[in-house]
Amino acid sequence: MTERILVVDDDAALSEMLGIVLRGEGFAPFFCADGTSAMRAFREARPDLVLLDLMLPGRDGVDVCRDIRAESGIPIVMLTAKSDTSDVVLGLEAGADDYIVKPFKPKELVARMRARLRRSDSLEPEHLQIGGLTIDVVGHSVKRDGRAISLTPLEFDLLLCLARKPKQVFTREILLQDVWGYRHAADTRLVNVHVQRLRAKIEDDPDKPEIVVTVRGVGYKAGPS
Amino acid sequence: MISAVRRVRAAWRQSLMLRVTSATLVLSIIVVALLGLLLLSRVTSGLLESTQRSALVEASAGLNDARRVLSAANTGGTPVSASTLVDSVITALAARAGSPGQFDVLLLSNKETYLAPERGTNLVSVASVPVELRDGVAGSDRQSWTYTEIRYLDGRTAPGLAVGAPLNVPTVGPYELYYLFPLTLQQQTLDLVRSAVVGTAVLLVLLVGLIVWLVTRQVVAPVRTAARTAERFASGHLEERVAVRGEDDLARMATAFNDMAASIEAQIHQLEELSLVQQRFVSDVSHELRTPLTTVRMAADVLFESRDTFDPATARAAELLSTQIDRFEILLADLLEISRYDAGAAALDIDATDLVGLVRRVIDSAEPLARQRDIEVRLVPNLDVCMVECDSRRIARVIRNLIGNAIEHAEGKPVLVGVGADGVGAAVTVRDNGVGLNEEDLPHVFDRFWRADPARARTTGGTGLGLSIALEDARLHGGWLEAWGEPGTGASFRLTIPRHVGGVLVESPLPLDGAVVEIDESVKA
Repeated sequence: MTERILVVDDDAALSEMLGIVLRGEGFAPFFCADGTSAMRAFREARPDLVLLDLMLPGRDGVDVCRDIRAESGIPIVMLTAKSDTSDVVLGLEAGADDYIVKPFKPKELVARMRARLRRSDSLEPEHLQIGGLTIDVVGHSVKRDGRAISLTPLEFDLLLCLARKPKQVFTREILLQDVWGYRHAADTRLVNVHVQRLRAKIEDDPDKPEIVVTVRGVGYKAGPS
Repeated sequence: MISAVRRVRAAWRQSLMLRVTSATLVLSIIVVALLGLLLLSRVTSGLLESTQRSALVEASAGLNDARRVLSAANTGGTPVSASTLVDSVITALAARAGSPGQFDVLLLSNKETYLAPERGTNLVSVASVPVELRDGVAGSDRQSWTYTEIRYLDGRTAPGLAVGAPLNVPTVGPYELYYLFPLTLQQQTLDLVRSAVVGTAVLLVLLVGLIVWLVTRQVVAPVRTAARTAERFASGHLEERVAVRGEDDLARMATAFNDMAASIEAQIHQLEELSLVQQRFVSDVSHELRTPLTTVRMAADVLFESRDTFDPATARAAELLSTQIDRFEILLADLLEISRYDAGAAALDIDATDLVGLVRRVIDSAEPLARQRDIEVRLVPNLDVCMVECDSRRIARVIRNLIGNAIEHAEGKPVLVGVGADGVGAAVTVRDNGVGLNEEDLPHVFDRFWRADPARARTTGGTGLGLSIALEDARLHGGWLEAWGEPGTGASFRLTIPRHVGGVLVESPLPLDGAVVEIDESVKA
């Protein structure tokens, strides 16, 4: 199955080059060159993944990211020319799953995308219980007291990773490796921001988390401390 | 006690008011004391002089009287007993004194004449006459006088003036006639004057002190206000100004201060604006450069991937293009990072991190480079875990840089990495045993684009900015990055950072030359 990729970037040369690389890797790329038409392009293309430049004419990439997230949980990978903390964190908080700083190696980009597109395909039905949550691994759904909680695939993977080995402490580096697919140490802010987003959805009181608990100086673990 | 002394000393050093007031007080005490003494001595001498004069006159008159009485007694023809003679003299003189007696009289026989009768009025004691006066009177025929304390047999005493003269009593022998004038009244007057003078002097000194205190306060208070304002200004409250009152010198000072503050504020705002412009410029350049570079990078990679289908020259060109773009990217990243520091736009992203684990990960990631050059990078930590509040991304970058440099200069010998900590700081040393560094090179290792040996090519693709950035990273943490080296022995770099945000380093837990690593090694062996 050919995965559909929406590239939102205003630089024509870069978009074209991305097209060449993506087609070479077996993806079906779609393009959009500005922020204002991004949502229309998104609805028309119905992509499996969005590559989103943060600096866009018309509408800011962060706003576009937020709009897409409001409609769908599909993976969003930001393309950013800035590695400054504030920009990256802003994008992650708007719902982006991952980011890649320009200039990037095409292989690195493809690896990032594949990590986001890869689905944990378990064949046997598997249900996990953690702190009042029921996780249906095959159905990719999480329920609390019978009510479904809408998680993005990334948030689901993050929760699943922690919930499969409750009480075990995961360092941010391990999580980056297991959930995001990084082979080398990367920006641990990815983990911090997404743990916050996940907590906001699953915890009763996100300020006093009981399901995803911080182990100070080490990382995170599932279940009460 | 000592702390109290120190406090007083500090107050003395710091307070102009205290110094001026105490100096004025000391000087005015000296002046008033001198004036008071002068005044008292004038009053005393004036008072006593007249008393003394009248006393001498009275005494000579009395002496004449006594002589007259004696000669009258003698010319009577009938021999008179010595005691009757003496009694008559005393009675006559006591009558002169009046009642109550203005003075007392003592008629004493010369020491040579034993058993001669001696008489005095009003129970006055012989002890009232000082021995020196008696000696003086006995040895001369003239009046002598001195001040003394008049003693009475009933125990009373009074200050007084003693006037004595020799008196020859016929048939009995030489006698001495002493007049004792009590000076009680004069003493009272003097006491009154003295207490008045002392009281006035104390009051005067206190008033002078108070006046000086008030006057200096008038001057010092605005100066202090200005100093406080300047302090607040210096600590960043640029809008701080001094209130200007009147047109005097202090007002001029305040105006000058305000002008200076305004000018500095304007300059700082200008610099801030420049810094903002610079930051925006860096950010813009970053974006504008990176996007085309990404396209070039991808294109180069596509060419590089299919280089097998090219002729050898084109294939090599594709290879060069690809590797040089790598280098260009690193250089661009470093340049942007350093300009962020120059613009003051670098900010820490603090998190509690295990330094030992972080160092271990950096060593693991340097493994391919180390293996390529056949160099062993050995971690010899003194600790298993070392929690530090730091920006782990920056600290990892610093250590990656140090280890990369060490591998580049290790010349096949092992690179030793040490981690140490104490209560305040944590340190990482990276020691190689390679070419080492000259003493004259040491101050330059952190310079931008500096090379130890200009003829030496960069082989590991360093940009020449790595150590400069590492130094800035260390400084941003409030830490140190120091270098040590000896030609032929090797070089060592030590990163020391506070374990907690805002901590102030005093010393590093590890020696600069990385020696602890070797000592530990021998302990283990």
